[in-house]
Formats: sequence, C-alpha cells, structure tokens
Amino acid sequence: MTLPARAGAGDAEPILQVMEQATTTPGPPPQAEEPVAARAETVRLEATRGFSRVLSPRELWRYRDLAFQIAARDVTVRYRQTALGAAWAILQPLGFMVVFTLFFGNLAGVSSDGLPYALFSLSALVPWTFFANSLLLSSESLVANSALVSKIYFPRIFMPAGAMAASFIDLGISLLILIVIVLAWGFAPSAAILMLPVLIVIMVAALLGVSAALSAVNVRYRDVRYVIPFAIQMWLFATPIAYPASLVDEPLRTLWAANPMVGVVEGFRWAVLGNGDAPLALIGVSAVSAAALLLAGLAYFDRVERSFADFI
Amino acid sequence: MGDIAIKTSGLGKEYHLGVGTRGYGSLRESLVDAAKRPFRRRRGEAEEAKATVWALRDLSLTVNAGEVVGLIGHNGAGKSTLLKILSRIVEPTTGWADVTGRSGSLLEVGTGFHPELTGRENIFLNGAILGMRRSEIRARFDEIVEFADIERFLDTPVKRYSSGMSVRLAFAVAAHLEPEILLVDEVLAVGDAAFQRKSLAKMSEVASEGRTVIFVSHNLAIIQALCERGVLLERGRAVADASVGEAIDQYLRSLEAGAASDLLERADRDGRGWRQTLVRRLALEDPSSGQENIVVGGRPARIVVELTESLPMTECRLTIVNSLGHPVATLDSEVSSPEDVRDAELGPRIECEIDELPLLPGRYRIDVLLKGRRQIQDGLHAAAFFDVEPGVLGERPMPVAGAEGDIVLPHSWRLPQ
Repeated sequence: MTLPARAGAGDAEPILQVMEQATTTPGPPPQAEEPVAARAETVRLEATRGFSRVLSPRELWRYRDLAFQIAARDVTVRYRQTALGAAWAILQPLGFMVVFTLFFGNLAGVSSDGLPYALFSLSALVPWTFFANSLLLSSESLVANSALVSKIYFPRIFMPAGAMAASFIDLGISLLILIVIVLAWGFAPSAAILMLPVLIVIMVAALLGVSAALSAVNVRYRDVRYVIPFAIQMWLFATPIAYPASLVDEPLRTLWAANPMVGVVEGFRWAVLGNGDAPLALIGVSAVSAAALLLAGLAYFDRVERSFADFI
Repeated sequence: MGDIAIKTSGLGKEYHLGVGTRGYGSLRESLVDAAKRPFRRRRGEAEEAKATVWALRDLSLTVNAGEVVGLIGHNGAGKSTLLKILSRIVEPTTGWADVTGRSGSLLEVGTGFHPELTGRENIFLNGAILGMRRSEIRARFDEIVEFADIERFLDTPVKRYSSGMSVRLAFAVAAHLEPEILLVDEVLAVGDAAFQRKSLAKMSEVASEGRTVIFVSHNLAIIQALCERGVLLERGRAVADASVGEAIDQYLRSLEAGAASDLLERADRDGRGWRQTLVRRLALEDPSSGQENIVVGGRPARIVVELTESLPMTECRLTIVNSLGHPVATLDSEVSSPEDVRDAELGPRIECEIDELPLLPGRYRIDVLLKGRRQIQDGLHAAAFFDVEPGVLGERPMPVAGAEGDIVLPHSWRLPQ
C-alpha cells in the first residue's frame, strides 16, 4: 500500500485549497479528506512476537527521509566547532602509524612481510580507525538520542546506522590520502585495488551487526559504555594491524579470520600495496563471519527494539 | 463521519515498577537477579505481581475521522501512555489499536533539535522526525519560518537561540505537520502570551479542518474550547466518554471527591517525591469564623497544610487554580519575605496567611508542592477546593455576575462629573 500522496509540492497545493474551503464553509466539516482516507493504510498496533521491523524493507523505505536526515545531521555535526575539522580523519591513523612504526617496527623489529613498516601499518590502520570510531559512536547512538527514542516512532536501526554513515566520510578521506601516500612511496596500484569496495562491504556488514547489538544492549545495560573502549583495544591486538597475519600458522590463520577484521585488514593491505598472493581464504572466511554477525545483530536488535522506549 | 480513524480494543500497558523507578539496570543487577530467580519461585508469585502497574487497562475506544477528542484525567491516569501507544513509541501489553491514516505526534516540542545545527537544518531534521517528507517541508518552509518569526537567525546554530526562539521554531515545525491524525500532548503552554494565542489559533484551525485530533492537556479551558468529545481516564481505564462538557464535569467531581477523602489515601501524587513527609490535609480557612473551604472575597484567609512529618528546610508552593484549570496565583515560600516566620512550636504544619483574598466569586482548587531537605517530598493536584462568596474589597463590592477574569484589584477611579 502507498501512503497518502502528499509528497510533491504539486500535491500540496490542491489540499491547501480544500482546507481554505473547509474553514470558510459553515456547518459540518466537508468530507474533502475522503479520497485520502480511502487510500490510507490501517496499521495495527499490538504486542508483536517474532520479527517485525528491522527486517521489513517497507517500513525502512517509508522512513527513508528520516534516515537521510539523521545521517546528514551526524555528518554535519561531526566536525562542527573543531579547529582541524575533517583532518582528524587522517590524523588519527597517521598518529598511530608513527607510534607503531617507532615501537613495533623499529624497536621491537616486528616483521612487516617485507614492506616498509609505516605503509604496512597505515594501510591496516585506515580501515581499523573507521571500524573503531564508528563502533564507539554507534553503540552510544541510541542512548545519546534517548529523547527521540522515547518521544517519536521511527525504525530505531537508523540511529546506529546513521552514526556509521558519519564515520563513512572519514573513511573516504583517509582512504584517498592513503592511496596518495602509497603512490608517493613508489608503489603502483594493481588490479587488486578493485577489491576495496568488497572489503568495505564486509567491514560495514560486521560493523552494523555488532553495533546494532551493542547499541541495543546499551539501552538496558549502560555497562556497554565501559566495555567498548576496552574491547576495541583488545580487538586491535587480536587483528593483524601492528603485525602480519603470516605470524600465525595455518590452519589456525584461516580460523582466525572468523574475526572479520582479519580478512578486511589483510585484504586492504594486499589491495592497496599489491604485495604477495591474494589472501582470498581469509577474506572468504571473514565475509561469512561478517554475514553471520550482521544477521545475528539485526535479529537481536529486532527482538528488543519494541521495548527501547520502556527502558531507555 | 463514516470512517474510523482509531479503534482500540482491550488496550493495556503494563509497566514493571523496578525498571520504571531505577531507569536502567546494570548488568550485575541482572546477573544477580537471574541467579536468585530459581529460589524466588518457591516464595510464590506475589512479590513479582506487586512490582508491576497497569498504566492503561482494557481500553476500548473508537474515534471517527474528523473527530476532535480531549483526553482528561489525573497525573498517571494513562493519558500519555495512550498517546505513546498510538504514536507507536511503546507497544501495548494487551489488546490492539488500529490506526488508519498517517499519524503525527506533537508530544514534546523541540525533542528533535540538535543544538549544533542551524535553524534551517533543524527545520528539515525536525520535520523528518515528525514524519514529514522533505518535499513537504520545502513547500512549507517559508510558512514555518514566518510563523516562528526567526528569519534573521535561520543560519545561526540553535544553541545560540534564546529559549523562546527555539520553542517557537519547534512549535512552528510541529504545527505545520499535515497528518490525518494528530496526537497532541500538552504543547500549548510554550512561549509568551502572544505566541500562545497564535498557537491556540493554529490548533483550533487544525481542529476545524476536519482532521482527527487527540488532545491531552491539563488546561481544561483549552480542551473545552477545542474538543467536541471528552474521554476521562482514571487509573488506566476510561471512566467517561461523552461530550467534552460532561467529561470535564465528571473530572471536576472526581477531583473534588479526591480532595474530600483522606489525602494520604491518594495515589496520584507527583512523581519523584522523596516522601519523607506527605501532605495529610490541606484546607483554606476563614481565620475569624474558623469555617473551612468557604470564604468571602476581600476577607482574610488562611491556607493550612498538615504534614505527616516536619523536616528541616520545609518549603511549600501553593497554586490556586480556577474551575477551568487555569492557574490564578502561586504562593511560594521559597520566595521569602521578612514577614515569614519559622516557628519551632508549630509542629508538622504550614500556614499561609492572605490579608484580603482578591478572588472573584467562584470555585477554586489548590495544588500543593512540598519540599524538605532541599528535595521535593510530595505533590498533589487539587488537594482542596474552596468557594469564594461575593464580598467587598477596599470598600468596593465585588461584581456578582458578568465579571471576567478571576481576580479583583483594589482600585479607585477619577471620573468627570
């Protein structure tokens, strides 16, 4: 069913005229709304069981304007009143790169698969920074917008998803700069770079699954707020960012890719620097794992979404 | 009026009290709770049953398209819960509601505002939050800006707005919503008097356009002016569904019944109270005759509040409200005067003296808010009712009939001969 068509400015006009008539005509209100009412859809509100909202594309589509506005808000607000603005997108991974190169690359002499350590770590830090930042933002998104959640209806998934969309701009900026640095260093891009969109999709799927679940848990248990920064640190070291995946022997390495960031990070390195063989096994396992995380996260979100306003 | 806009059947909403009061739990509490659960079973279900409350119970209601319905009732009667269910914010525990047509809610203006965004950006954001299409907002943009009267500040972040400006903008966006069903919760009490008049005019325009509107307000005058039909809720149930006049009458009668019975038995106390002391009794007395709750205008009056306990730093705020729910005057002990006295001998009791009661004849009620130890302890709407008989103020007799307003001012005239 479609909503009453009032979308276009052209539609709004006749309705306005009808209203003017309505206010000037004495007596009972005329039935001018009837054609609209006839097309109107009846929504039944009751206690739902099973899955309802998130996995209903129609519901998401109906609120598409709101989704757009929330994402636009998060993007606009992100660097308001900051001196350096979007430069932060690349300053964070660059800062980590310097520290990692100094301590892991030079002092500890960690292997970098024969690549310059700085590039080796930066190409992993770019996707990782996006992942870590948006996990932090998305998991807080529902609680940070509790006034909205408790006063207005909308598909709640827009909150964690919108927060992610804001970090997406950062990823774009830092990715561009990464490629410029790689070119300046004298690496020629190979066809492998075409894998980047696939890797980003895998990362976003995993991220959406995890952050949907965490933001939902955060509504009930604010403990999440304290767990996340710690968990992100752990996750950083459980992912081959400061060190190469080749440090872990097969078959353990392929299993390890159940951490979806393993495939993503190794894939990024290979796609940007074009070294060695394609880590297709890692990427494959990570893709499957990310899909599972996405489904599980969304399913959980869907189950608890209806009670957010009661608990937030 | 053939079309049905809203139909509910057996609608109920149950809240778990533990969650409601603590707001949110920590994981530890839940884990401890889960560990205890098997043991609790043996002690029976009584404990668990006590921890829930039905904010709304077995409500069956049909609203036709184009009807304007006022929801009235005490605090906690379930009005807001019903609106929350109808606007899909919370799910009912039992029953169902069929809502036909696009519904928009005006639950609290400005909830969607982001302080860092400009007025322009916030209009689009807030419009989308209230369910408007982008193209719709664009079409009404100028109207909204004009209504809010903020043209010059369109590109200023909302955080730099005065509170009046942001409230006006928020209301302007909300008022230009065009849903078939409009749910309005206590939003007209914003802005200055001129803006309130403008808002009220806008609302009555909306109400007369043949749209379905459900209003919640404590201001009975607004409800009476805007609605045809009134539904009175009491403890989650609809106890009256009639013309708005009848519903208001019944509400006032139930308020009076509450004031007449023992105040300690009342459950509709204002939330967040610490309840170390409670209002036991409240009455307006004529100090000379000792007669209660009936005074003559222009004569001295004394309001007596009896408490269960006297706490340090007791403060009291009394609001005198007319029969239509309009506040007439507020007496606040926190705004102190050298004439105020703290008396150790007084006991758990507060007295407020009025030298010449400047009220027109009529029926009034008193709302009370009690503080002690710097915390709100208790609050009651309609703790007492009193009648004012026609009297004399400053040697001038009060008008018996035909006077507008609620108060009498001492005054004198100079007239040509």
